[in-house]
Amino acid sequence: MKMTICAAACSALLMAPAGAKTLVYCSEGSPENFTPALNTTGTSFDAARPVFDKLTQFTRGTTKVEPGLAESWEVTDGGKTITFKLRRGVKFHSGVNGFTPTRDFNADDVLFSFNRQWKDDHPYHKVSGGKYDYFGDMDMPKLLEAIEKVDDYTVRMKLKEANVAMLANLAMDFASIESAEYAAMLDKAGKKEQFDQVPVGTGPFSFVMYQKDAVIRFKANKQYWGEKALVDDLVYAITPDPTTRYSKLKAGECHFVPYPRPADLPEMQKDKTLTVINQPGLNIAYWAFNVQKPPFDKKEVRQALNMAIDKKSIIRDVYLGAGTAAKNLIPPTLWGYNDAIKDYPYDAQKARALLKKAGVATPLEIDLWYMPVQRPYNPNAKRIAEMMQADLAKIGVNAKLVTYEWGEYRKRAQQGEHMTVQLGWTGDNGDPDNFFFLRGCAAARPGGQNLSKWCDKGFDDRLNKAKSLADQKERAKLYIEMQAIEHEAAPDMKIAHSVVHEVMRANVTGYKQSPLGAHQFNGVDLK
Amino acid sequence: MLKYFLRRIALTIPTFVALMFVTFVAIRLVPGDPVEVRVGERGISAERLAHFRHELGLDQPVWKQFADYMWQLVHGDFGTSLVTNQKVLTEFAALFPATIELGLAGMLIAILVGIPAGAMAAVKRGTWYDQLLMGISVTGYSMPIFWWGLILIMVVAEGWGLTPVSGRIDLIKYYFPPVTGFMTVDAWMSGQPGAFLDALHHLVLPAIVLGTIPLAVIARMTRSSMLEVLNEDYVRTARAKGLPPRRVVGIHALRNALIPVVTIIGLQVGTLVAGAVLTETIFSWPGVGKWLIEAVGRRDYPALQGGVMLISAIVMLVNLGVDMLYGVINPRIRHGS
Amino acid sequence: MALEFWRAYRENRGALLGLAVVTVIVILAFLADVIAPYSPTEQFRDAVRMPPVWADGGTWRFILGTDGLGRDMLSRLLHGARVSLFIGVSVMSVSFVVGIALGLSAAWFRGALDVVVSRVMDLIMAVPSLVLAILVVAVLGPSLANTIVAVTIVYLPRYVRLVRASALNELSKEYVIASRVAGVGPLRLMLSTVLPNCLAPLIVQAALGVSDAILEAAALGFLGLGAQPPIAEWGTMLADAREFIRSNPSLVTLPGLAILVTVVSINLLGDGLRDALDPKMRTS
Repeated sequence: MKMTICAAACSALLMAPAGAKTLVYCSEGSPENFTPALNTTGTSFDAARPVFDKLTQFTRGTTKVEPGLAESWEVTDGGKTITFKLRRGVKFHSGVNGFTPTRDFNADDVLFSFNRQWKDDHPYHKVSGGKYDYFGDMDMPKLLEAIEKVDDYTVRMKLKEANVAMLANLAMDFASIESAEYAAMLDKAGKKEQFDQVPVGTGPFSFVMYQKDAVIRFKANKQYWGEKALVDDLVYAITPDPTTRYSKLKAGECHFVPYPRPADLPEMQKDKTLTVINQPGLNIAYWAFNVQKPPFDKKEVRQALNMAIDKKSIIRDVYLGAGTAAKNLIPPTLWGYNDAIKDYPYDAQKARALLKKAGVATPLEIDLWYMPVQRPYNPNAKRIAEMMQADLAKIGVNAKLVTYEWGEYRKRAQQGEHMTVQLGWTGDNGDPDNFFFLRGCAAARPGGQNLSKWCDKGFDDRLNKAKSLADQKERAKLYIEMQAIEHEAAPDMKIAHSVVHEVMRANVTGYKQSPLGAHQFNGVDLK
Repeated sequence: MLKYFLRRIALTIPTFVALMFVTFVAIRLVPGDPVEVRVGERGISAERLAHFRHELGLDQPVWKQFADYMWQLVHGDFGTSLVTNQKVLTEFAALFPATIELGLAGMLIAILVGIPAGAMAAVKRGTWYDQLLMGISVTGYSMPIFWWGLILIMVVAEGWGLTPVSGRIDLIKYYFPPVTGFMTVDAWMSGQPGAFLDALHHLVLPAIVLGTIPLAVIARMTRSSMLEVLNEDYVRTARAKGLPPRRVVGIHALRNALIPVVTIIGLQVGTLVAGAVLTETIFSWPGVGKWLIEAVGRRDYPALQGGVMLISAIVMLVNLGVDMLYGVINPRIRHGS
Repeated sequence: MALEFWRAYRENRGALLGLAVVTVIVILAFLADVIAPYSPTEQFRDAVRMPPVWADGGTWRFILGTDGLGRDMLSRLLHGARVSLFIGVSVMSVSFVVGIALGLSAAWFRGALDVVVSRVMDLIMAVPSLVLAILVVAVLGPSLANTIVAVTIVYLPRYVRLVRASALNELSKEYVIASRVAGVGPLRLMLSTVLPNCLAPLIVQAALGVSDAILEAAALGFLGLGAQPPIAEWGTMLADAREFIRSNPSLVTLPGLAILVTVVSINLLGDGLRDALDPKMRTS
């Protein structure tokens, strides 16, 4: 039983304004800054998300794209032109950092938000470091031909080639819409760097303050156009240690906690005052075989190695249950998932037989690369490598464990220096193409991200076709076929998707877990 | 007097320059490219890599990088964090008050408990109290404080529920804008009922943990210093004259015994900083210690470099101050060799 | 003389206790391979996080329970003693030898060498110990060997200063100056006059240095910057156990107690040495 030492003065405070609800989210880290375009980490995105909206957005809890600040859009010209009709009457936050907007949100803000990232000569391009990683990584400069303002509430985007995934890209955090007026005000006052430290947006919460490494405070935006905030104040208490987060959750000092320690889960699940939810993350950990290096050019060898590994033990001992065995490149939460595929069974006998059939003499010497750092999809690549090494020894394959410093590792793997290599992928925009390009022919070039260096025409043709079709059902059909092709060819072994758990107090209602790992608090209430 | 001070200051400067050089070299020795190492699975194109390396000045010859670095330092620019793109000095300044608050609280506990305890032990030399104190003292400065903190959290905060587990204040109940950065002071100034007590409540456990080693050292030093003084002739004279014992001890003996203790207190600043790194990590106390550790993990080399420099500079300044203070208190040092 | 020393040492009960405990720990560490029931790295997947035998659910199979990966705590603690003592003694030996060499050279040759050595030592002492160790490990990479390097660098100045001050003191004495003039070589001079005089404080410093090194190394291990898994080091064990602070508190208390007991006993030993070797140095 917890005793709270509370002087008489405390009780005076319990007479807080009636109904002022504060939701406390114990976040796992500090944000880099408050402009999503400049960030790459989920922590930073979470910190800025309450304040901003985008042209399109993911329906809360799904990867489905729905209208955001763009009320509707028209795709013409074979998928190469998208004309957006912007929502009217949307107001930017007033009173933050002394800024009072004189107009509603309009096309100028859209242009500002993208041109800042795109054009080197934009007045804000170099502010706060000038690194717009996601804009570059999603190939926006390559895809975009032009962004034009047609009128105050119409924006036209011209693409160099048809890419249907653009709408999903626009729902990503880097495409958050900022206030051009606020930017101009700060520019005039000579305080441009404040733009990324004190954010102004159109979102369900407005920014109040940030105490470095300690706390971020937001206030509900009563004029929000969309799904409103149901609490009055939102507080991010920055608590990097998972054990401390759990203690605070139990004590009621936090209402919501991400990334709990797997070891604490059983206790959390038994606790009636808490609710635990989970979902496979939008990621994949895989073990790629370099098909350019014999004997991995033989399909049978690759399939044999698939059968030689005890996946269940890996999930249990390395992921500690916070993972689910993978059989496809994409996780089951993504549309286009081919559930009909049967994963290779764990069968050392069959594996041996298959190797013999392929004419491979044992003992076979191979290398096995593992990452020196933890990744979201792989908690301990070294441990997995050691377990796989032990399993492989049983079928006469001697694996030499190899690692490099992270930057080096990735570079060499992309060059194709390995025979077999562990890596993985975290999805960005909830579009299957964002995963499948990893096995396309374009990525198989030296320095490309296709670590198997596998190129299959049937697979690649479908990949490119799916990029240009607007109909999701048609695309899904193609992706399902591609998964079957890939499964048969086995250019890699799919290890697991990590499972993301979130824990909250039982009186928190309305929260929907996002497959993309985003934490969103509008529509969430405290009973 | 002035000559003495100037000499001390003059000695510090070459040390500081050497420190600049060493941190610069150390950071350059880290394996791996500082840009590459922070890139994810996607990798980075050669042009963008070259662009960022250029921005960080990494494509310049090393001597020029060092010259630029020295130039920036002289102008108060300790670098820019690779993670937040803010000036390292700005980040440090934002977090430093929290560390000072914790350090002062820890030192206060160490002094307020250590000195009387040590003095008592000297007076009651040989009794069980003395033995007990010596035993506790040895345990105190042998203590792995990262473990001590965990134990206290386990027992006091979670087991007995007497103190909060982490943080500086109850975020749900209280919100006041930070003025000084010292939570206790800001809480007091805000006038909100219970806020000051709440801030103290959050400060207690981390301060105890941080102050444990200095407490043990101060207690021990006070005891031995007192013992020396109590044996001095003038004390025996005072006693013989019939002065009440409490006055003898309290005023005369203690005052003289405190001289070496003051030095020890100064020397504990380095220990406090090292302890702060561990204490802040355990209690999620948002200070510069925790920030430094995170910089290592995030490979934020400018922050690591700048942080080490700033922390060392501050410790050096404090030591200098203590030296000067000691010079003032003890005239023999000033005029000696 | 040795007998006299022992008699003086014996008077101090705390010192005797320290000696006894240290001896026990050293023996346990030496015999770890023999007396540990299991290998410290073997994982028993069926017995993960077993409590110690005296708690609910404990068995005699794992007397002190098992950790998060099913490794036997008793075996890990015993091997951890080995690791910690190894670190402590290594750091102490290297800093002892290097410290004496540097201190004596600086005192003998004076001039530029003295200035450089003194400045470098000042530099090292200017940076708080853990911060410097972290910097060194950040550069070299976390490992057992680099922990030893880092901690050695941090504690070197104490030895150097001690030896240098003592040497300077001796070298200014008349009989030493006379010997120098008479042509006695530096090495002989050092060994016959200087070292014996600073030996006492050096030995005390060495003893206390072992405990300091153990604490510092454990701190690095706790921060994840020390010996890497699966090596059983007490500080690293503590870091791994942090997530089990509520479910298996023994995983947290045991390694910490091991560190505490070891360091306290070495400190008691060192204090006893100091009191017995040189009554002038007595602090009580």
